[in-house]
Amino acid sequence: MGHAYTPGLKVTDNTTIVKERKLPLKGEILVKKGSRVAALDIVARTFLPGNVESINVANKFSLPASDVEDVLLVKVGDKVEKDQIIAKNRGLFGLFKNELHAPVAGTVETISNVTGQLLLREPPHPVQINAYIDGIVKEVIPEEGVLVETRGVFIQGIFGVGGEAHGEVHVVVDSADKSLTPEAIGPECKGKIVVGGDFVSNAALAKALKVGAVGVVAGGFDDSDLKDFLGYDLGVAITGHEDKGITLIITEGFGKIRMAQGTFDLLKSVEGQVAHINGATQIRAGVIRPEIIVPHAEGGAPEKKTDEEGELVKGTPVRCIREPYFGLLGKVTALPVELTELESETKVRILKAKLEDGREVTVPRANVELIES
Amino acid sequence: MKTILATDCGSTTTKAIYIQQQPDGVYRLVVRGEAPTTVEKPAEDVTRGVINAVSEVEELSGRKFIAADNTIMVKKDAKEGCDIYLSTSSAGGGLQMMVAGVVKQMTGESAQRAALGAGAIVMDVLATNDRRPNHVKIEAIRRLRPDIILLSGGIDGGTIKHVAALAEIIGAADPKPRFGLGYNLPVIYAGNVAARETVEKELGKKTALQMVDNIRPVLERENLGPARHAIHDLFMEHVMAQAPGYSKLMAWARDTTGENIPIMPTPGAVGEIIQTIARREGITVIGVDIGGATTDVFSVFKGEKYEETHETVFNRTVSANLGMSYSISNVMAETGFDNVMRWVPFHIDEKELRNRIRNKMIRPTTIPQDLQDLIVEQAIAREALRLAFIQHKSLAVGLKGIQRMRTISETFSQSGSGETLVDMLDLDILVGSGGVLSHAPRRSQAAMMLIDAFLPEGFTALAVDSIFMMPQLGVLSKVNEKAATDVFVRDCLIHLGTCVSPVVQAKPDEKVAEIELAFDDGRTETFEMKFGTLACIPLPWAEEPNATLRANPQGKADFGAGPGKPVERKITGGLSGVILDARGRQPFQLPADDALRVKKLQEWQKALDCYPAYETK
Repeated sequence: MGHAYTPGLKVTDNTTIVKERKLPLKGEILVKKGSRVAALDIVARTFLPGNVESINVANKFSLPASDVEDVLLVKVGDKVEKDQIIAKNRGLFGLFKNELHAPVAGTVETISNVTGQLLLREPPHPVQINAYIDGIVKEVIPEEGVLVETRGVFIQGIFGVGGEAHGEVHVVVDSADKSLTPEAIGPECKGKIVVGGDFVSNAALAKALKVGAVGVVAGGFDDSDLKDFLGYDLGVAITGHEDKGITLIITEGFGKIRMAQGTFDLLKSVEGQVAHINGATQIRAGVIRPEIIVPHAEGGAPEKKTDEEGELVKGTPVRCIREPYFGLLGKVTALPVELTELESETKVRILKAKLEDGREVTVPRANVELIES
Repeated sequence: MKTILATDCGSTTTKAIYIQQQPDGVYRLVVRGEAPTTVEKPAEDVTRGVINAVSEVEELSGRKFIAADNTIMVKKDAKEGCDIYLSTSSAGGGLQMMVAGVVKQMTGESAQRAALGAGAIVMDVLATNDRRPNHVKIEAIRRLRPDIILLSGGIDGGTIKHVAALAEIIGAADPKPRFGLGYNLPVIYAGNVAARETVEKELGKKTALQMVDNIRPVLERENLGPARHAIHDLFMEHVMAQAPGYSKLMAWARDTTGENIPIMPTPGAVGEIIQTIARREGITVIGVDIGGATTDVFSVFKGEKYEETHETVFNRTVSANLGMSYSISNVMAETGFDNVMRWVPFHIDEKELRNRIRNKMIRPTTIPQDLQDLIVEQAIAREALRLAFIQHKSLAVGLKGIQRMRTISETFSQSGSGETLVDMLDLDILVGSGGVLSHAPRRSQAAMMLIDAFLPEGFTALAVDSIFMMPQLGVLSKVNEKAATDVFVRDCLIHLGTCVSPVVQAKPDEKVAEIELAFDDGRTETFEMKFGTLACIPLPWAEEPNATLRANPQGKADFGAGPGKPVERKITGGLSGVILDARGRQPFQLPADDALRVKKLQEWQKALDCYPAYETK
């Protein structure tokens, strides 16, 4: 039995999903434990401190820092309006008067007699967070946020861009190995999450955006198209904050790769139902994967318990995740303990697998992932 | 202490090594295990990856280390468990810091060196002269959310105005830590002691403020130790304690008396062993650790006043977004497609290459199965190493802002304060570590990657950490230097050979030197070094030099004694023997013509026997 395993992406038709909705700063929670919430309901709010404008009063009046209070017309805690005169000198015999106007409206936060600076803080601005998914408030974390729980379909993608979006699932291809083309996308996709098969081109993505779709899900996408779509080369995979008007989730990888059949069938089964998606991805520690959540109606089938972790044993279904068998599915037939030499002359622990096309292949254990169900 | 178990939790993989003291008293590596690091779901607990890696050690060695409750057994027992368990870690993204200094090139740089030497990634350097308006600086602090801020500035007793201004900016930003809403961000003040009261007033309530000795008490001296220690302690307390499973790991790392052994950040541990090598052997060293997310470069070179004081200077840089898995796409973004492909002797469509690299990024634990994939991956590694080294050279510099009496020769050479301390003609050994180097299927591939990326000059020994255990040996050296150095000398370093490379420019195939190699067994061989060529002379490694190489330049080639001056050096070899690299330095350039470039790459790869299976395809 192999203890080494690679964690796979979760693709399940019935599981409990809990999402943490937290404020960036302490604030007010607007819902109670046990309340039913809809995805767009505001569950918590706070105020972020306003931006700070720093004004070097000493420099402006050519004074030593310790003398700035002589020219100031305001004190710490005072509210000021934009362009309000906040400092003024008497000038010389009434001439060469100098006035200092507030560049923004705000509150005087600090006045330093060491640096001669006055810090003006703009009014705080409100921040609200919504529930993100239809569900029940499972827990309230006082002043910080809530946990919202639901039961339903949960699909993790491998990479995404764009943030949270909500819409009906709309599968526009017949099978997992068909590409999403611009021709398949029409006005009926407005407000929806469009699902393709093995690939979405930049042209198709642009069309989806044009007709007002809120999201696109497909098996693969070209990295060069990603660069064109974003307008820059994404260096490190930390995404989710892009403001492109649409959320993109790819389920398998870069290039043309057939969407896993289980994922495709599951998305087809929820055609027309509302999904909550998020393209946010973070590959480094604290991994975040893009996701698609479709809550079940109340009273649905009981949750299917699955093993949280998988291990590699004979018969385990796997997907190859690197050349030369990238994207191909198979089942483990052997797990030799000894190191084996590959074509690259690397010596590693391998497994033998029988692919769907019948071939018996040797693959490094590091180059497969478990297919979770 | 007879049985030692040590792990390193990297950003991609967790590695476990088992060391045993032999009957003759020498410590030797027994076996090594490895497993993916488990910071993500479903495990979300770094100790799972540790147990998986140690399980592999158990399978391969036949010795049990894991107790029934899935913890590491630390006990006095001849048959099972270990006498001590230690660990290092760079998982969890590492320690991310912002530093601030009054003048960017002076206290700003000193603060950067302090943070880097402690094992941190420096996200931003704030300075009063960095040309950004204050509100932009404030926004940067808020947006980046560092784990710790190091504030410095001003020599002791000097003016406090500028450092007070920096404190005001930090206070105005009201920074919040990455993890947790409920506690204050740690800020270390390591500047002018006269400003402590002002800084306390500004930041004492808003942050978890700590005062340490000034990192630049006078312009002529850096005092980085106290700041580095404070950073490390805060790292353990705040950052590591938040990452999933670390509190358990910290409890596991102990000896048989129950005393906990602090977990070191991986780069800190590698720095320890690099300094140990340099100190033991009295040599200059460059070490590089190319990981999944970051590439760390370490160096020990002569200080600016070496002639008087014999002082060497240790420097470390972290190129936070250059690596071979999580950061691999960033390497491509920073260097560009053409720079990667110039090392590849075949053609790949750019679209296809970009997809392959991106797939490696999103599935970082995969490894190259076929040869083409391997060649491409090693090309990317060259660029990551090259870029990381450029960053290192710019920071490993003499102190800036110092008044100096210049000698006549310094005036003519236009040297001054702030020059890089990295002198490739003076480099004794280049040591590589990290998966792509240590796991290269052929050692000659590692030698070529190191040479192509670092372009050593003169006479430079090359080595790799055989199974990247430098981090574990670094943390072990703090509790048992003998064990660490025994294993380092006998099991860790794989000696690749000596690279002999003159600083020279010439026409293709023009003779640049005559080389005579006199072996200890009495044989003598001569070689013509022609510009643009790479040659490899078999010579095994020995603890003491086992050959003498005489280099007689034809023209201005500089082997370390000056242009055109002959040099004689006692050397030893390694798995790739003596590598005569006449491809040019200052600069090194690949042919512009594509067909010629491919031809030359194939020639050089054949000279070092890098990809024989590819040549026969």
